[in-house]
Amino acid sequence: MAQGTLTQDTQLHRAPVSPQRVMQPIVRALTYATVFALCVLFGFPLFWTAMSSLKTIPEMFAFPPILVPAAPQWANYWTVLNIDYPVGRWFINSVLIVVLTSFGTLITASLVAYSFARFEYRGRDILFMITLSTMMLPAQVTLIPQFVLFYKLGWVNTHLPLWVPHWFGGGAFAIFLMRQFFLTLPRDLDEAALIDGAGYFRIFWSILMPLCKPVLATLAIITIIASWSDFLGPLIYLNTPEKFTVSVGLQFFNAVPEVGGEPMQHLLMAACVMSMVPIILMFFFGQRFFVQGIVMSGIKG
Amino acid sequence: MAVAETGAPAQRPADGRASLLSRLVGAQTPFQTKRAVWGYVYAAPWILGLIIFWGGPILASFYFGFTEYAVIGSPRFTGLSNYIRAFSGDELFWPSLGRTFTFAGMYIPFAVGGALILAVLLNQKLFGTTVFRTLFFVPHLIPAVALAVLWTFLLAPRVGPVNEFLRTIGISDPPGWLASRDSALASVTMINVWAAMGGNTMLIFLAGLQGVPQELYDAASIDGGGAWAKFRHVTLPMLTPTIFFNVVLAVIGALKVFTTAWVATQGGPSYATWFFALHIYFQAFQYFRLGYGSALAWVLAAVLMFFTWVQVRYSRRWVHYEGG
Repeated sequence: MAQGTLTQDTQLHRAPVSPQRVMQPIVRALTYATVFALCVLFGFPLFWTAMSSLKTIPEMFAFPPILVPAAPQWANYWTVLNIDYPVGRWFINSVLIVVLTSFGTLITASLVAYSFARFEYRGRDILFMITLSTMMLPAQVTLIPQFVLFYKLGWVNTHLPLWVPHWFGGGAFAIFLMRQFFLTLPRDLDEAALIDGAGYFRIFWSILMPLCKPVLATLAIITIIASWSDFLGPLIYLNTPEKFTVSVGLQFFNAVPEVGGEPMQHLLMAACVMSMVPIILMFFFGQRFFVQGIVMSGIKG
Repeated sequence: MAVAETGAPAQRPADGRASLLSRLVGAQTPFQTKRAVWGYVYAAPWILGLIIFWGGPILASFYFGFTEYAVIGSPRFTGLSNYIRAFSGDELFWPSLGRTFTFAGMYIPFAVGGALILAVLLNQKLFGTTVFRTLFFVPHLIPAVALAVLWTFLLAPRVGPVNEFLRTIGISDPPGWLASRDSALASVTMINVWAAMGGNTMLIFLAGLQGVPQELYDAASIDGGGAWAKFRHVTLPMLTPTIFFNVVLAVIGALKVFTTAWVATQGGPSYATWFFALHIYFQAFQYFRLGYGSALAWVLAAVLMFFTWVQVRYSRRWVHYEGG
């Protein structure tokens, strides 16, 4: 696990001087106490949300507030999928967009990064500098003309504006991350394959890509997180509840948390938990790659 | 592919001059030319993407900034009037810009400083570090909308658990948090700090801490330095490039703050969390003033570029590069 790389022994307190010998257990105890306090700070809101999603409406608004519901309402998770808001549809829409976005980013960013890392041609370095500089520009600048473009194409209130652009290189960060990784792979691999008669695409696909699995996993996780929680894009392009993603759907639900005059806040909390669980689970299983990827982009950035 | 081609120099034309195509792509031999052409082919999706989704829109947006445009119909050139209106005729412009700076001023020290403290704590070789690291990171994974929704409930003035806790410890009149004009901005900042502190910023700091050579700590020990002295005179100076990197990212993130404020407060109460990005969104996509919205977006871009430039310019004074 990545734990090994991130928790190297710094031996901060292991000095031969005696006052520090005395201090060490105290410092250590204080450190643990602080970390546990932080765990409560980060954990409690999550615990409270999970508990709220299992409450009844009177329990949601009880005063003083109730922490743990008397009888957990597991049915809330079923009920929320059957109210007038198409909550299930929002999840299907989000999954579709996330899958299309991730495949587009992974495939095209790898190809472009391969070009940046392994080929020499006129304008390559300028192109790379331009690529990096796009990271500095706020999205708002390109947002309005992009909206006009998609409006003219008749793509407003479809999912196309949300995933199609990701098939054009996947963005500067994705390309940068992949390029950095390609540069760490020995060029001898390419040369040997070339001499054996492999074409450039074959080298890319059969030799380099299999070696890129860790960074591809990183990129997949980063892309999935970003795409799943994207709010501004769906907010601008989608108008009808059937088309909504989880993010805009939740915001829609939050703005009007009752159906037919009946309060639904407990179901809103259930929907919130449902929007968090898939991403947390994915992180849990993929965090080894994820941590490596962040570290790599951070250090070499 | 012909194997013979790899013996590149022999293929060079006798007169020493490369073909037109070769010169165009910056190559000398047929082998290099072919390779260069493939380079363009593989970069093609991004070259197209840059033109369609970056270059074109940047030019269009710059032009729209000088026009009146409402999607339907075509842009009508109005000169500098959008910018004049922004600077002198829009009563929400300066307050929303100022509010965004206030947010950034509170958010950046807490988010970056907090992340540094978390990273230092996790770097102490504690038992269960992976579990702590994962737990600290989870808030960063919550979709921004869910984040805003759950904090709206946590901070509910009467039935929320935060105020209940404050009442239990003897604060009889706890703040109204997001619901009150005086505390809404601080509340939104707090939510963002909570979500960002244990996220990528912390991971980057952890990586930076791994890069501090053990010899420096040993040397400090021999000189009789305590834990604080080591942190102050070894960890902190060695970490300045990482701090710089994280601060630059935090500034960019802070100036674009949008979702939490939009979902939790809709910019209110009485404009208390009406940030600049919200102002752009409202002008462009609620009132469909695309020309004015574009002008505002360029103001944001200018502010962002200015701050990045300042940071790069003055980084030499405090950022210490090993061997540089």
